Amino acid sequence: MNLDWNYIYENLPLYGEAMWLTVKLAFWAVLLSLLVGLAFSIILHYKVKGLQTLIRAYIELSRNTPLLVQLFFLYYGLPKIGIHMSEMSCAIVGLTFLGGSYMTEAFRSGIEAVSRVQIESGLSIGLSRMQLARHVILPQAFSISIPSLGANAIFLLKETSIVGAISLLDLTNLAKDLIGMFYKTEESLLMLVAAYLILILPLSFLLTWIERKVRYAEFGD
Amino acid sequence: MRNLGIEVLFQGSNFLRLLGGLLVTVEIAFVSILIGTVLGLLMGLLRTLKSGALRFILRLYLEAFRIIPILVWLYVVYFIFTPMMSVEISGELTAVLVFSLWGAAEMGDIVRGALESLPKHQLESAKALGLSSAQIYRHILIPQAIRRMLPGTINLATRMIKTTSLVVLIGVIEVVKVGQQIIELGVIKAPNASFWVYGFIFILFFLVCYPLSKLSKRFERRWQS
Repeated sequence: MNLDWNYIYENLPLYGEAMWLTVKLAFWAVLLSLLVGLAFSIILHYKVKGLQTLIRAYIELSRNTPLLVQLFFLYYGLPKIGIHMSEMSCAIVGLTFLGGSYMTEAFRSGIEAVSRVQIESGLSIGLSRMQLARHVILPQAFSISIPSLGANAIFLLKETSIVGAISLLDLTNLAKDLIGMFYKTEESLLMLVAAYLILILPLSFLLTWIERKVRYAEFGD
Repeated sequence: MRNLGIEVLFQGSNFLRLLGGLLVTVEIAFVSILIGTVLGLLMGLLRTLKSGALRFILRLYLEAFRIIPILVWLYVVYFIFTPMMSVEISGELTAVLVFSLWGAAEMGDIVRGALESLPKHQLESAKALGLSSAQIYRHILIPQAIRRMLPGTINLATRMIKTTSLVVLIGVIEVVKVGQQIIELGVIKAPNASFWVYGFIFILFFLVCYPLSKLSKRFERRWQS
């Protein structure tokens, strides 16, 4: 394989821009998904009537449909009933719709895994429900959920690769466009793979490091 | 609100065409799951062996699929291997190839996890009884591992069905593409078609994946108790 290094060098700035878009999308998607997940898992934990059913339905809908179809519906379908959103908002809303349910499940299993003894001890030393949640349940639940939260973050970052379907110029879409224009297939795809490695490998190491750091927050066994 | 536009789903053979498109999606997913499961079983067994080099290579193989998005793999195979081998590989074949290899990697991990999660005394008791390696795998390890693998395997299947929606981006005519054709055709007569068509496809995927998710949850609960 003879690679055209000049071509690679010339297109670095384009890949840089696309990478920035991918990072921005992933950042908002992960942040908003975490917020949605935290809020929903707390509601599920306290079994708020009505809301609980709605959230369960949302989780099933979100987990059992593909992101591509969700995006198409948001971008092409919703304007027909008067809801217009930019490509960027569509992508962020779609990714959050998808990620929110995954994060909810991650937080929920973390909350469920906090040992009964912890909660009972908290109550017996006279903590209020709020204090119990803030100082006992959530910190431990968070540390238990970290591995799955991290896996979800990487999952969302990878899922951004399909936003090209609603004409955002992210890394994957850029590579596909360049192939269409210059037929430098190997070079374009090599840069694409390299770009994802640059994004995901450090993130994956960072998450493993965080996982090790927060493990001390667990008590009980 | 005289004309909702939902009729577009039932005009002509639109309804059947969409279902036909869904069938293509499900077919690609099904074949890939089948091949992926068989390869994955083998890969999972290999990953429990003590060979360090083999473990490392298979781990690398898994990580390659975990780090690079599946859409990128579809593009890599579609744009590089097709011209390189100077044969016409269709989008369908590309999809089956990529999904099978991906499925094998993930399935291998599920199998490995299940085998390694079995209590050690099972293996030791079997050895103490004088069973051979092959007998241990056949009568002790594999039957027990299969129960632990079931929920994960079904989850992987739903993931693969959902991911199959991406094949529209490499030119396969499946349910999303059929939907696009219907929308384009009705641009004047049914201007709201995209809302109903994509909404309908959304529901179709849900109807396929939801029962599988439920099934997986049931197995999980049964195994826990």
